[in-house]
Formats: sequence, C-alpha cells, structure tokens
Amino acid sequence: MGIEKYKKGTKVLIKGNEAMAEGAVRAGCRFFGGYPITPQNEVPEYLSWRLFEVGGTFIQAESEVAAINMLYGASACGTRSMTSSSGCGISLKQEGISYIASAELPIFYANMIRGGPGLGNIAPCQGDYFQATRGGGHGDYRVIVLAPNSVQEMGNFPKLVYDLADKYRIPAMILADGLLGQMMEPVSFDFDWVDISKIPSKDYILNGCKGRERRVINTLHMDVDVLEKHNWHLFEKYNKIAANEIRFEERYTDDAELIIVAYGTAARIAVDAIVKARKEGIKVGLLRPITLWPFPEDVVAKLAERVGKILVVEMSLGQLVEDVRMFANGKSEIYFYGRPGGVVPNPEEVLGVIKRAMKSNIKAGEFCHLKKL
Amino acid sequence: MPFKETMKIFKKPDCLTKIPMRYCPGCGHGIVHRLIAEVIDELGIRENTVGIAPVGCSVFIDEYFDCDMIQTAHGRAPAVATGIKRCLPNLVVFSYQGDGDLAAIGTAETVHAATRSENFTTIFVNNAIYGMTGGQQAPTTLPTQKTTTTPYGRDTKIHGFPVKVCEMLASLDGPTYLERVTVSKVAGVLKTKRAIKKAFQLQLDGLGFSLVEVLSPCPTGWGITPQKACEYVDEVMTPYYPLGVFKDLTKK
Repeated sequence: MGIEKYKKGTKVLIKGNEAMAEGAVRAGCRFFGGYPITPQNEVPEYLSWRLFEVGGTFIQAESEVAAINMLYGASACGTRSMTSSSGCGISLKQEGISYIASAELPIFYANMIRGGPGLGNIAPCQGDYFQATRGGGHGDYRVIVLAPNSVQEMGNFPKLVYDLADKYRIPAMILADGLLGQMMEPVSFDFDWVDISKIPSKDYILNGCKGRERRVINTLHMDVDVLEKHNWHLFEKYNKIAANEIRFEERYTDDAELIIVAYGTAARIAVDAIVKARKEGIKVGLLRPITLWPFPEDVVAKLAERVGKILVVEMSLGQLVEDVRMFANGKSEIYFYGRPGGVVPNPEEVLGVIKRAMKSNIKAGEFCHLKKL
Repeated sequence: MPFKETMKIFKKPDCLTKIPMRYCPGCGHGIVHRLIAEVIDELGIRENTVGIAPVGCSVFIDEYFDCDMIQTAHGRAPAVATGIKRCLPNLVVFSYQGDGDLAAIGTAETVHAATRSENFTTIFVNNAIYGMTGGQQAPTTLPTQKTTTTPYGRDTKIHGFPVKVCEMLASLDGPTYLERVTVSKVAGVLKTKRAIKKAFQLQLDGLGFSLVEVLSPCPTGWGITPQKACEYVDEVMTPYYPLGVFKDLTKK
C-alpha cells in the first residue's frame, strides 16, 4: 500500500526538512513519533498527513522521551520508524537510544542542530557533533551518523539510513542543521519507492509467538560475563561498520597544499571559499566526511602525510577538529576555525582564514586556533 | 469411588515459563503474575500477546511469561506499548508496572497513553515502596510510612502527598476502564483476576485504555512478616486507596 508522490528522478523544489520526511516515507517509514521543536517542525507537520496517506502512524508524543520509546516499540515489531528533533530534544532521547542500541534495533532519527548549549537559539549550528558521534547516551555504544550538505542529500539519505540500520541492527541518524532543514532546493529522489511488503522479514521481531519459540528483547544482563560478551559483540559489529561503511567526498585534493576538513553546511561554505582561493592561485582542497561515525580516519591519516596543512572549519568550538587531530597523528599542521552559537561563516571570511593558515608557520603536529579577526 | 486415573486439577498456567520467580516470601507479584497468565490462557491469546517489563522488582518478568516480551527503560512502558500496538493492532499488549515506574518517573507516559486511550492494558502493582532498590519512598508511600529515604516517616509537609493513580486517571476522558483491587485475601485475588480478565477483554474488543491497580504486600520493604503485610494492605493501604471501579465506559 502506498502512494508514490514523486517519480524517481523527477525534480521538485522543497525544503530540506520536507525532503527528509518524504525520503523517509519513500524508504518505507511507517511510524513517526516526535515532539515539536524548531528548526525541524516541518518534519512532523509533513508526516502528520503524509504517513496517514500511506497507512502509517503519526503520533505527536507527550515528550521526546516518550517519542523515542514509541520507536523502541515500533521497531521491536519490525516497522521502519523515525523521529526527529533538535539538540535539546535529542538530549532527552539519548536514554531511549542507548536502550535501542543495546537491544540492536534499527531506527532512524534526525537532529537538525540548533545553537546551544542550554536552550541556545534556533540558528544553524554544529555543536552536537560530540553528542552524535560519541553515542550520546550511557554505556558503550555507537550510532551511524550521516551528515548531508544539501537538500538533495536530505532527501536521499533516509533510504541509506534505513538500509544501514537494518543491515547492522543499529540506530542510525542524520545530523544536519536548521539551514539545511529550512532551505529550499531542487531535489530528485535517486531511489525507487520502497514496497514495505518486500522488505525481508526480521527474525528477531515481536509479533506473537505462534508457531515459534517466544522472543525476548532485553537490555538487562545481570551476569557480568554475559554483559561483557554482549559488549564485545557490539564492538565487533561496530568494527565491521567502520571497515565497510565510511563515506566521504574529496574535492580538489590532488594538488592541494592545504586541505579543509568540514561537513554539512560548513563544507558548502568551504567549497565557495576554495573556488575563490583557487581563482587567486591558492591550492586548497576539501575533505567532507559524510559519515561522521564511522569517521574517515584513514583518509585523514593519508592526507596528513601528503599535505602540509589541514584547516578544520566547523560551526562549533573544536569538536570535529579533535577527530582530525587524532587521525592526522602529528603528521600535519592543524589549523582550526570555528563559529559557535548559530553564526554561519561566509565564504569571504573562510577565504581570509585560508590565507592566514597558508602564511602561518607552525610545526607539523602543532595546533593553531585561528580566531575571528 | 476410587479414582481410575490421576486427574490434574491444578497446574502452572501455560503462559508461565519454568523459571522460578525470584520474589521474596509473601510478595504479591507472584500472585499477580499467575492471574495474568491464567487470564491469557483462558482467553487463548498466549501466541498473540506481547508483554512489557518495567524497571523495578518485576524487571525479570520477561523470563517468567511464556510469550513475546520486551524489557524497557524505567517508566517508558506505556510509550513502548503505544509503538507496538499502533504498528501491530491485532496483538494483545500489556504493560506490567510498579508504583515508581508508573507513578513517578513514568507519570507523563502513563497519563498520555491513558488520555490517548491507547488500546492496551496496564497492570499496576502498588506496594507503596521501591522494593528493588532497597525500600525507598515511592510516589504511593503513605503519610507517616517509614522507608529508607523517609526514616522519620513520610511527612506530607516535606515529602508531599501520595499519588492516587486511579483517581487521577479517572479525571481524564480517555481511559475506558480503571479499577483498584487487592491480593491480600482470597476474595481479593479472585476479584483481581476478574478485573484483569475484563481489562484484557476490553482490549480484545478494541475499546481502549484499561488499567488495573493492585494493592500488593511487600513484607521485605515494609519490614514486617508476610501475614502482617497482608493485614497492612487491608488496614492501612485500603483506607487511603479505596478499592473499586473508578471508570468503566462499558457501563451505561
């Protein structure tokens, strides 16, 4: 059952939040539980009627805590489910995400980051990088984090999120910001409408024990040996994901003397700055991690060996740069430029930072914080 | 007349596994488990049921019930039940929750599942104490009752008043059936079973949210003998938490 709204490849002009919501439905989402928060409100608003059209369930929950636990139930009985929020709301969902990670259930959640900490503001920001890539909740676990940088990718990534989440039985998320959510751009979905009746049946779901042994979904393991074994099992799974699912984009890196590492909105701005720099003869390239976890660590390591200077540009105060420094492992000069609090840097500003980094002379392995002039 | 063959007239319900329950002597949980299992057997719904384990003494019920089970975060059982029931409405879904789980940390989930009249059944075991963590004050701890965090007794000026769950939920339009019962005496046990069966039947009929609150003894947490604990339920708890039906939309 389902109404395909857009044919594959048809170009439509929609907002990022709507593209992600439609992409989710197209990829088989039939349950959404969420709580309003700016700047992601278009997601629940869109799904409140769209899921109704395709025979799915939309619930505006009493809290983010309840919403994520509704997904725990929906996913436990085999439904492709989704929730979305922004930083403060994702903080509340972390309890449930930890349980879902332990129970090894696939869910899709999105964080359209706003300025923080605290209530912060509703402007685009990247301050939730740590929250996303370090698991966020309690215990030893990981989630797959995809960072789109266009409305096009906002529309296409939900299919990838569900496929990865199902394949590895893991929570997977889209980490973007208010700018990518609110902006309108042409989108053509690059994948066919997913017929949910053809998604392979899962052998762990709860649907009544008729004709089989009962199934239990449980995250309590009082025996330390049992829990340690479970943790090692998760560890092996995460290693497998890290070995197979790293995604990134490289641009102008062949002859680059400085590499900018940036993701999402910051990467778009970096590209504009790089084009301007190249017009002036400055050889700058871009590494855009698309999976923030698993992180493209080998790519960073190789670039650090080959290129003398790495400049990390982020809309936060030094989160992505920690990963870059870790994997550059002292092989390159590391420059950092961050704008927190919801400020979006402009390309001219980043061009200025590129020039300062090119002129600066620090030793390989040293770190230089390029503050706003 | 001599028996030709031995007839089994009392047995463990099919819906209970062989795993021994870990409850203290005199605890009410075992009785309530058995009643739910008997009801599931009698309605013939074991293969179509998903049960939800809370956090608290009954956290291990996923081992005891021989049907599909899911264990959840503290207080979140009604949200998980909502997700399951909305996705697979033909399943019978029940959540089993204690007072801390349902009336403290999970109050919001409880109230909103009830007000949406989600079509599942909640069995709420109220023993006025946090048993699993060693006897701390519960949202339902009675005024003057001593616990490990109210060592001088619950002073309502300091600790506030107990939450009366059935009365609170009865003020909502959503719930279909709310009843408070007790397992302190045989008559109460039989009445409890009838209430649980009615709640499950309402769910099978698609009539919406049902909750059965069971006043249950906790001799260990209360520091008294099992027999005294049953007397405590009747003489101290019941006057504060009156038994009866608080809402029943099936009665015109």
